[in-house]
Amino acid sequence: MPLRIIPRLDIKAPNLVKGIRLEGLRVIGNPADHAQRYFEQGADELIFQDIVASLYGRNSLADLVRESASRIFIPLTVGGGIRSCADIHALLRAGADKVCINTAAMGRPEFITEAARSFGSQCIVIAVETIRQVDGSWKAFTDNGREHTGLDAYDWARRAVDLGAGELILTSVDREGGRKGFDLEFIARLARTVGVPVVAHGGAGSIADVAAVAALGVDGVAVASILHYKQVAVGDLKTGLAAAGVEVRA
Amino acid sequence: MIKVTVIDYGLGNLHSVVKGLTHVGATVAIAERGDDLAGCGHVVLPGVGAFGDGIRGLRDRGFIEPLRAHAAAGNPLIGICLGMQLLLDSSEEFGEHAGLGIIPGRVARIPGAGVKVPQVGWNRLQPARPWVGTCLSGSPLGTWAYFVHSYHALPTRAGDVLATVRYGAQQITAAIGSGSVTGFQFHPEKSGQAGLDMLAAYIAVERIP
Repeated sequence: MPLRIIPRLDIKAPNLVKGIRLEGLRVIGNPADHAQRYFEQGADELIFQDIVASLYGRNSLADLVRESASRIFIPLTVGGGIRSCADIHALLRAGADKVCINTAAMGRPEFITEAARSFGSQCIVIAVETIRQVDGSWKAFTDNGREHTGLDAYDWARRAVDLGAGELILTSVDREGGRKGFDLEFIARLARTVGVPVVAHGGAGSIADVAAVAALGVDGVAVASILHYKQVAVGDLKTGLAAAGVEVRA
Repeated sequence: MIKVTVIDYGLGNLHSVVKGLTHVGATVAIAERGDDLAGCGHVVLPGVGAFGDGIRGLRDRGFIEPLRAHAAAGNPLIGICLGMQLLLDSSEEFGEHAGLGIIPGRVARIPGAGVKVPQVGWNRLQPARPWVGTCLSGSPLGTWAYFVHSYHALPTRAGDVLATVRYGAQQITAAIGSGSVTGFQFHPEKSGQAGLDMLAAYIAVERIP
């Protein structure tokens, strides 16, 4: 299958924002307009992440999803503050195709299984937020990298798949927004070795960075800064990847 | 404006398919009972979920005979995803279930040798027979479409397979067609501009007398 190029839109309602290491947020603009532009440029999928939802205990993106699903005809993944099957149902009804869960799954792992049984594992994406530790291990975090869980990120990712996750998004919090390349060492340990698709996120700074993580066998790459700051368009990124021998959807 | 009727039988989200049809110029009506199909031209049977739940939903709302009559009269009908699978005679998903029997054949699990099931993602449509005069007539060979499924259709008549995709070492069914009836395993409403083009081609299909 082709490498999926997935623009990721972090949203602090009503704005599209971008931070560094998921903090220090800058307002980029209107999320619906950016989403539309990325669709027109040939994105394969979009991620809408409500990055303050876990703090407030609710996802505020249903209206944005509904509006986007009226004009954007590619799969939409929505994350942030999803705590129950009722939350999932509401977002799917608004037009989401998949939901992305982190904090609630960490607090109550059986939620992954319940959600997969109710909606099919293909629409349950687990976000694994990691920070590399000084001892060389990777720990899992929640709440956009603010809360330390003490869990080994690698173990947690595998457990999430065993519980029913249909896809993993690996966010390297310490790389996020840095535009200095992906955490290839961590991602290499999970790509091709879990039985579900893996999306790499955190650190895309150039086409070469994306090609390097693609070579590990990931199924998708989430990109934000290089698109939001108009360093490249989705089409340029795909052209460059194709030239580097990576299969992409034309 | 072409009026298109989308069937609501309680499964899945109709929003995206309705918006896709509207985007290509259709006026969409929702049918909630079989009686609503009387006099309808273009009908869309969408759906996401399990086969058994789907056929039960159609039966409970009185859609089974009106859908068969609609197709038998040569009216345009398209099934999408589970809606496509329901067009066949039977499925083995969670036990054996009878389908609408509009296109002869059965629905079987994707052979899992060396591939992930479900298939989730983009794949390229390859023609199983010429696409002239079908909903794929405007689509280039190898066009990309978005799939989410664990089962695929196996029509009895080889000529009813319109398109396949390569998945692992095997070819699996991506689109079927017979007369005025079409089925897409993929989601045209999630397949970008290529998918919208297919929906536009569908609403241009004429009734076959």
